[in-house]
Amino acid sequence: MRFSLGKLTLPLYAVLAFIYLLIPIVYTFVFSFNNSLKTNLIWRGFTFDKWTNVCQREGVCEAFGNSVFIGIISTIFATGLGTMIAIALVRYRFKFRSSVNLLLFLPMATPEVVLGAGLASQFFNLGVQKGIWTIIIAHIMFCLSFVVVTVKARVASLDPALEEAGRDLYANPTQVFWKITFPLLLPGIASAALLSFALSFDDFIITNFNAGSDMTFPRYVYTAAARGVPAEANVIGCAVFALAILIVLATQINGEVKRRKLAKVH
Amino acid sequence: MAFAAFGSANAPAAGKPTRSGKVVIALLAPGLAYLGAFFLTPLFALIMVSLEVPDPNGGYAEYVPAFEIGNYFYVISEYLPHILRSFGYALAATVLALVISYPLAYFIGVKARPWPLLQKLMLTLVIAPFFISFLLRTLAWKQIFSNESWIVSSLHDIGLLAPTQYVVGTPFMVIFGLTYNFIPFMTLPLYTSLERLDLRYLEAGSDLYASPSKVFRKVTLPLSMPGIISGTLLTFIPIAGDYINASGDFLGSSSTSMIGNVIESNYLQINDYPSASALSVLLMGVILVLVSVYVKKSGTEDLL
Amino acid sequence: MAKEFVARGADLELKQIRKEFPGFTAIDNLDLHVPAGEFFALLGPSGCGKTTTLRLVAGLESPTKGKIFIGGKDITATKPHERPVNTVFQSYALFPHMTVLENVAFGLRQRKVADPLAKAKDALNLVQLSHLADRKPQQLSGGQQQRVALARALVNRPSLLLLDEPLGALDLKLRREMQTELKAIQMEVGLTFLHVTHDQEEAMDMADTVAVMNLGRIEQMGAPETLYDRPKTVFVSKFLGQSNLLVGDVTSTSANSISIDVAGNKISVPKNRAEKHKGKIAIGFRPEKATFSSKKPTATSAKNVIGPGEVLDIRFTGVSNQYLIEVPQLGNITVFAQNMTHFAPIEVGAKVWISWDVENSFGLSDLPAKNVKA
Repeated sequence: MRFSLGKLTLPLYAVLAFIYLLIPIVYTFVFSFNNSLKTNLIWRGFTFDKWTNVCQREGVCEAFGNSVFIGIISTIFATGLGTMIAIALVRYRFKFRSSVNLLLFLPMATPEVVLGAGLASQFFNLGVQKGIWTIIIAHIMFCLSFVVVTVKARVASLDPALEEAGRDLYANPTQVFWKITFPLLLPGIASAALLSFALSFDDFIITNFNAGSDMTFPRYVYTAAARGVPAEANVIGCAVFALAILIVLATQINGEVKRRKLAKVH
Repeated sequence: MAFAAFGSANAPAAGKPTRSGKVVIALLAPGLAYLGAFFLTPLFALIMVSLEVPDPNGGYAEYVPAFEIGNYFYVISEYLPHILRSFGYALAATVLALVISYPLAYFIGVKARPWPLLQKLMLTLVIAPFFISFLLRTLAWKQIFSNESWIVSSLHDIGLLAPTQYVVGTPFMVIFGLTYNFIPFMTLPLYTSLERLDLRYLEAGSDLYASPSKVFRKVTLPLSMPGIISGTLLTFIPIAGDYINASGDFLGSSSTSMIGNVIESNYLQINDYPSASALSVLLMGVILVLVSVYVKKSGTEDLL
Repeated sequence: MAKEFVARGADLELKQIRKEFPGFTAIDNLDLHVPAGEFFALLGPSGCGKTTTLRLVAGLESPTKGKIFIGGKDITATKPHERPVNTVFQSYALFPHMTVLENVAFGLRQRKVADPLAKAKDALNLVQLSHLADRKPQQLSGGQQQRVALARALVNRPSLLLLDEPLGALDLKLRREMQTELKAIQMEVGLTFLHVTHDQEEAMDMADTVAVMNLGRIEQMGAPETLYDRPKTVFVSKFLGQSNLLVGDVTSTSANSISIDVAGNKISVPKNRAEKHKGKIAIGFRPEKATFSSKKPTATSAKNVIGPGEVLDIRFTGVSNQYLIEVPQLGNITVFAQNMTHFAPIEVGAKVWISWDVENSFGLSDLPAKNVKA
């Protein structure tokens, strides 16, 4: 659309918006190289030390390790359970479909404090000792719906005739699933798993309600926030950020290369 | 995006009745049982706890099952300012996020269409904040606007802030942080619906003598409504329950406490489980009512 | 190498098949026999049940009632992957994550046939695509994908090959080319082909036998020439080519023919070309079998004459002209005339009589929903 302000308004606005979105990230990056002492509030000069000796700060790496462990286990379960539900929702007709949709929608529409407090009450009632496994149980629960949404879109775009062709070509239902359905759903399942890991890794609120004395990375930052977060936390945050961005960019570039290759042939 | 995804694409594949019954159960049962055990039952547990009363014979933080509706009246009278503040902040931050996101999403989804790779890169930038820890990025803003920062001292110098005024700890800072933290939840669904917008509608609009602003109001805006709806829901709900931004250790102060902060401190610090639970149930109830009214009003009931 | 695929197909028999979906009946009491080695077409408009019939044979749906036999064996309860049947899907359904060669070898691998890749290559040779074996399906054109789908089905040497509108997604020119090719391949391999289509030209061009389906039933079945020359129902007379239908009560019967009276015109049909010999019947004739003239020809026992009518419209279609003639009380009659000369013999508004040979008339078993005389 032509606004009277000219064609540059929107691009300029977008640039400003991106700067706004990136400021805290850049700040966190810069301060991961701060030659700081206990806290990381004032710039005290450049150093690589925090990157090379990140585990020297007590508790950071342990918390990070816990978060990765929790993330992986939760992702495996949430992705498995969610994928099954997604397939059922798209591929089959059944009576309670709208109730199932509602049940999947509700956890996403429930504020995290409520999810966290509810589950904590449940554990309390049952006399369950809070720890790593209660955190994992909580994470699987809130990641599940997001997995369903992500995989469902992929299942819906899958031509049912492909699976029928598999059955027609002498593959039994199990073989059809592993040779046709699963490989074709894999991109969707992979992005659901990444999303699930990211949600789990970054979750603080629900975790805080259901953790015992075990630290996760966000809990470590939260606890440290009162007295100042050490630069080592920035290092971990930035490393995770860089890795995630790399994965996203790699898949995007890979997709683009494939697209161009196809375009060339035609 | 997530919300809209539940409404659409429900067309089941050509009939596969009877024999598939067992398969459906096998596929659904584990996941739904999980949600039943760790989502529904806890909600029920929350309601039960919200009605409990202190154990007359017990010590500190010991409660017995009861049916004390009074807990609700107590938390409402005690925490009404927090409740109102939460929804006020959530409304302000959601509107801000919408206003900031819309032109950006329009640029990525419509203007940048000829360059798909650029579109993807810009989308990556939009979600980039998700990849750095929520707490770290919030703390970054705190330090950028800290009392010692050059931004605040410049504001003092030019007189925009009185010498005794600071930024961190004010409602402005909390709303700012909430807006920032949840902007991607707004931009992505907006992008999704704008990206699908058929430009020929806009051309048809102009062809039929509508001015650019009229085309926007009469064509673009209504067609991007699904994105606006799911975007506002996806931002409003988590913001209303957030307690990081408003916490005194982050961007807020005691005068900016939201429901989340009250629930957290009642539950985890002073162990007043019934009050925390009653507030949680209230929060959930209000959000469900708001969501269903909003969804009804906006005429997209298939969202649920 | 093509010999590898030569196999005697098996015959297919459907007995009393009924298929209900929630809310409607797709197929109602269907009996069908497809002889071994034949190219058999199921022709009908969309929603007539032809694709459902195909899916029942493939095992992708199971019938509500009835039995299916292939080569005399009851396979009604057999799972799709255990049936000696392969399908060429309408959308081709080539697996996008496999190469062309892997697609073709898929069925062989599932059945653990020895040397699947070599056999798959042979099949690709048969459809002249061996040079594209390493491509992904998305990198092929529509026609090439169609041939890969054909090779992927043929390589398994099924007793019965099912084709679900396999040419539907191709443009007209390519479709006509593929028809020729498909027919040639069928002759070469000698398998039984069951071909579903809504394109009457395609069905008549390729099939040995055509079954015309409507509303879940087979209306008429036979060689294409027979179906065209002697349609038995209103639906068949209209779906396969065009027809002019006249409705009236039978007024006289001779040794060889019966006649009806339509608004004072006597229209006759040979007895052996009429389904009904009494009461109110519909008699039809093809537009290209009729001629018109500006002088009234004499009606004889061998010639039907109607008229006079007024030429309403003349449509030039290249090889012929289509004349729409309004005959009072009879309705509109279409007549095709070859363009033997470079000028149209008459103009719009002209008064003409229409005549055709009695032996080109056909009498139908049912009546048009709305009688021709509107």
